[in-house]
Amino acid sequence: MIGAILEYQFLQNAVCAGILASIVCGIIGVIIVEKKLVMMSGGIAHTAYGGVGLGYLAGFEPIAGAFLFSVAAAVGIGLINRKGGGHSDVVIALFWSLGMALGILFIALMSGYPPDLSSYLFGSILAVTKADLYLMLCLTLIVILVITSLYNYWKAYLFDEEFAAIIGLKKTFMQYLLLVLVAMTVVVLIRVVGIILVLALLTAPAAITSLITPSLKNRMLYAILFGIIFCMVGLWFSYTLNIASGAAIVILAVICYLFSYIVNTFGKRFKRKSKLQQAGNF
Amino acid sequence: MSKLAIEIHNLAVYYGQTPALTNVCLEVAEGDYLGIIGPNGGGKSTLLKAILGLVPVAEGSVRIYGQSPSHSRALIGYVPQFAAMDKNFPITLFEVVLTGRLRKRLTPFFRYSSQDKDITYELLARVGLADLANRQIAELSGGEFQKMLLARALALNPKILLLDEPTANVDAVSRDQIFSLLAELNKDMTIILVTHDLLAISSEVHRLACLNGKLVYHGEPEINEDIVNSLYGCPVDLIAHGVPHRVLREHKEHDQHFGPISYQGNIEHIKHNELQSYSSECGYREEKAE
Repeated sequence: MIGAILEYQFLQNAVCAGILASIVCGIIGVIIVEKKLVMMSGGIAHTAYGGVGLGYLAGFEPIAGAFLFSVAAAVGIGLINRKGGGHSDVVIALFWSLGMALGILFIALMSGYPPDLSSYLFGSILAVTKADLYLMLCLTLIVILVITSLYNYWKAYLFDEEFAAIIGLKKTFMQYLLLVLVAMTVVVLIRVVGIILVLALLTAPAAITSLITPSLKNRMLYAILFGIIFCMVGLWFSYTLNIASGAAIVILAVICYLFSYIVNTFGKRFKRKSKLQQAGNF
Repeated sequence: MSKLAIEIHNLAVYYGQTPALTNVCLEVAEGDYLGIIGPNGGGKSTLLKAILGLVPVAEGSVRIYGQSPSHSRALIGYVPQFAAMDKNFPITLFEVVLTGRLRKRLTPFFRYSSQDKDITYELLARVGLADLANRQIAELSGGEFQKMLLARALALNPKILLLDEPTANVDAVSRDQIFSLLAELNKDMTIILVTHDLLAISSEVHRLACLNGKLVYHGEPEINEDIVNSLYGCPVDLIAHGVPHRVLREHKEHDQHFGPISYQGNIEHIKHNELQSYSSECGYREEKAE
């Protein structure tokens, strides 16, 4: 496969896309898992489908539509949560379905059926174009810049919002900023694993690292590493066995999570048992 | 006495339609050590949050050294209720206290200076946690967690310290450490302490406020039966844990048959309570102010 990567442009694009996606999902994934924003991220991702549909209908780049819709969803969910005091899971569910419904409506209004629609739903890392790659690169750089430049503030905000507010951080600003970053992350991931499969790639690396290291920074770094492994190995499976790339990556990620969870649980139980036995010997 | 640190005038706070606080007037002089007691849901935490400017004020005003709360946050250190915290967040004790040294204005690429770190180590030593600096917060005991929150509040270098039940879920040794530290801090800091620890009220604080939706009593820290009755709506026998003396004198003859703790509310008793009218009058000022 190495030879093929050197030879084919589309494989080079796929590798770059995988690495970019792993970086954002490592950083943002750890935050949303810690902050319990996983379902919020799912809502933002699925709303993006409306943007894809609008893009096809109005004749602009569907990924740009996805970006607009997911940012709008992020701001909308945040706003309704703040003002209305409604249940956030209800608001998320409604945005989730509304986005999908709008997507279906827009595509039904088109004449004909777009050929590569399923690549937005299920991802198609082998079909990433140069233009996609530039957009992904921009968004990834923004996410990295915003998180690293304000890292200490993020840490304070994520640990204790109230205290962050007391020391003068604008709580709402941080909240919206985080949601917009989630929206950007989702857009980066859409080309790799697709709208429907986004959640697994966002959460699995972060969840695995939470079993390994207690440091926030290390969790992000390891999560990036795991993401890259999943994307590359998934890509290899996809290329050699000729199966859908998004599905291969997600199945691999989930299997790895389950495996590490089992090892962790039984490892702890085993340790406890051997400790008890040692105590019993005395 | 010296100038006023906190002036609260006719304060009312609502959660939706439900009033949490109504008609609260309170003045705290600089250097004071005020204890606030009251039943759960009596608005104690809400009062602290109003002073911090974290809850919207429906009526009345809160002034910190003559300024609005949002302009005076740099003056206030806050120790929240530790039950409300995320104890599994991946962060070390040292890093939590260090967040108190964050630059107030968002500064890109802000890094803590070595001075910030020195101050943090000093504070950790002061609260007796220096050897746990690199411990994850998930591995701390209740007392250690509480002392960490206190150190974080002190890292702001505040003039006023607000504490929300700092000794709930805390072991006896830590409790004593916290109170002796507070007594020491009180030399150059105004302290407001929300607590259920009535022993601390009788032995530590200088002034007392009793809060149950409104201010029921404000004055010298001597709890008598009338105050407790109007606060909790029933005669409660206050027995401090592990300490061989009563906080209150024994109930009178006619209360005795209720037993040590009676849940039977005596509404008539409250209605006739003079203290109610005593505190609902807003012009009330501390006699000591002269």
